[in-house]
Amino acid sequence: MTRTILIDPVTRIEGHAKISIHLDAGGAVTGAHFHVGEFRGFEAFCVGRPFSEMAAITARICGICPVSHLLAAAKTGDQLLVVTIPPAAERLRRLMNLAQIIQSHALSFFHLSSPDFLLGWDSDPAQRNVFGLIAADPELARGGIRLRQFGQAVIERLGGRKIHPAWAVPGGVRSPLQPDDRDWIRSRLAEAVATTRGALDLFKRLLDGPLAAEAAVFGDFPSLFMGLVGPDGRWEHYGGHLRLIDSTGALVTAELPADGLSAEQLGGLLAEAVDPSTYLKFPYYKPLGPEAGSYRVGPLARLNVCERIGHEQADRELLELRQRGGRVVTSSFLYHLARLIEILAALEAIEALLDDPALCDTHVRAHAAVNAREAVGVSEAPRGTLFHHYRVDSDGLIEAVNLIIATGQNNRAMNRTITQIARQYIQAGPAFAGVPEIAEGLLNRVEAGIRCFDPCLSCSTHAAGQMPLHVQLIGPEGELLRERWRD
Amino acid sequence: MSVRTLRIDGRDVASADGATVLEAARDAGVAIPTLCHLEGLSPVAACRLCLVEIEGSGKLQPACITPVSEGLVVHTATPRLREIRRTVIELLFTEGNHVCAVCVANGHCELQDRAVEVGMDHARLPYRFPDRPVDLSHPRFGLDHNRCILCSRCVRVCDEVEGAHVWDVAWRGEHCRIIAGLDQPWGTVDACTDCGKCVMVCPTGALFHKGDSEGEKHEDPSRLAALQRARHSRQEAP
Repeated sequence: MTRTILIDPVTRIEGHAKISIHLDAGGAVTGAHFHVGEFRGFEAFCVGRPFSEMAAITARICGICPVSHLLAAAKTGDQLLVVTIPPAAERLRRLMNLAQIIQSHALSFFHLSSPDFLLGWDSDPAQRNVFGLIAADPELARGGIRLRQFGQAVIERLGGRKIHPAWAVPGGVRSPLQPDDRDWIRSRLAEAVATTRGALDLFKRLLDGPLAAEAAVFGDFPSLFMGLVGPDGRWEHYGGHLRLIDSTGALVTAELPADGLSAEQLGGLLAEAVDPSTYLKFPYYKPLGPEAGSYRVGPLARLNVCERIGHEQADRELLELRQRGGRVVTSSFLYHLARLIEILAALEAIEALLDDPALCDTHVRAHAAVNAREAVGVSEAPRGTLFHHYRVDSDGLIEAVNLIIATGQNNRAMNRTITQIARQYIQAGPAFAGVPEIAEGLLNRVEAGIRCFDPCLSCSTHAAGQMPLHVQLIGPEGELLRERWRD
Repeated sequence: MSVRTLRIDGRDVASADGATVLEAARDAGVAIPTLCHLEGLSPVAACRLCLVEIEGSGKLQPACITPVSEGLVVHTATPRLREIRRTVIELLFTEGNHVCAVCVANGHCELQDRAVEVGMDHARLPYRFPDRPVDLSHPRFGLDHNRCILCSRCVRVCDEVEGAHVWDVAWRGEHCRIIAGLDQPWGTVDACTDCGKCVMVCPTGALFHKGDSEGEKHEDPSRLAALQRARHSRQEAP
């Protein structure tokens, strides 16, 4: 007799999803699946719109990382115009993306995931959230909230508003950075670095102690990793080259330039598989097929594909990460550590940018008509590599759109992670023979496996909201054996 | 010049003979919302937003084309009129595809401003979501039929001010739309002088500068009246 446990929806992630855990007659886990049940249709309704509107339209996919879509759309637009954007515009786009990485990673670590680490996997779910964190460790919570606020404020100072600034446009950006705003950003850097250093020290202590078990079973498996790298293989988030490695660190294919990537190159590199149980697609490295070609993107992937970060403090942390997990770190739990290291890297990168005299140049936008009919734009979203691919008519009206989103690229890895966790924590045996209670803390660990990847489902199904938990234990004939709700 | 005296919302108002109720009201500081009306263009009373109640008349009258007359008693802001104005705005929003969040005119749109003024916090009518095209054939400008409210300002400015008469209103009912030339792509109409006045007077994001992104259209339709005054004074000069 087989059974299915459903976790629906999954909590403390960005979007709606459910998890189903399938058990055989003996109560052993046969597999676990992550289902995203929302469909939004951006790729369909963008058809017929001017490509110059794509940055503003696709930014509306998500309120967490609108900047990612803004940049990918603007970069695709640059390619359609066939222009080189002014140097200040590239620096300012980089500055906004770094601010976005900081605010999004701070949200993932402090608001969404740290309650599990600091309050305990089995603690009262009513307290296991950012408010519980504020009560338990007000200093850390305040620091995390202010760190996110810093990232948001940089975005606002650049683009005029925190969320959905329609500021990056094909050809550059709409407005330059004012020296007053540059100086304000600089004045807040030291506090942001101190908060990040504190969180890093705390999390590394936890990894050496109470979280050691999770690091071993939360999605530790070999896979490919993909991300952008800069000159000399440096950590990159905006341009450079696309690099795909395996878990030994070997290149899987020749590096491709991120800017000017042709539709043929993208088509030769990636394909998207679909599964009827979820609206989240499964992109994979095409030559190796859907299984062997599955790869991970995001903070851990970016740190795995790069040789070094290129900033002093972050490079020291990268070295420590590699001492902990090897040259290519395969434990998905260490995405959390990678996220903190990337916040540090982003802060150091911002500091370096602020010292660049070209940053406040007022020439920030190149103008041109449509000079290419098809283009691909690539950038690194906080959750991983983001591809926008447009085809336009000779006037610039969109004929076709494909968006390949970070969370989709981590889809198979998320399924493998929750299967691994379910096998570890849901024990085979007679307990399931008698329709057992479902332990809340156990399901929280399964959900936490998903949170390692900080999935953004609004982006990935091009889908948002309140996330109570619905768990169903379903018998072999589909009958509901037991049900549990958590509001 | 003879003067007519009338009452608008309980206030005695003196106005020149030949003026419209709208002009008399605005001179007296009484605000009546409009959309199709623009100083410098002939009035067409198309949008019905400036409807007023006139005592003794069983019908509502559009203030923009109703001439003042002696002893006229006008009401501009009764509950009935407020309800009609909100409904007019809701009809415009639900008839087309007006998505402010991604529109080039966001923040600088007369339709958006009127919606705020009439208190339209939501539409009580179902949205139609019509399938309408965008014309980007002109090298400098674009026309998005999704955002057009058929005010006909572009038709009038091109005909009455520029003298090129590129634009017309074609078809009827839900199929009614602005056409360029003989219903051809705008960029192929030889009569167009590329002057951009149609873009300047468009109250929404329907006509825009190509390449504009969300909120980038910052036009000031009142410039038209200033332009015409300047031309007029030059013609008058010896």
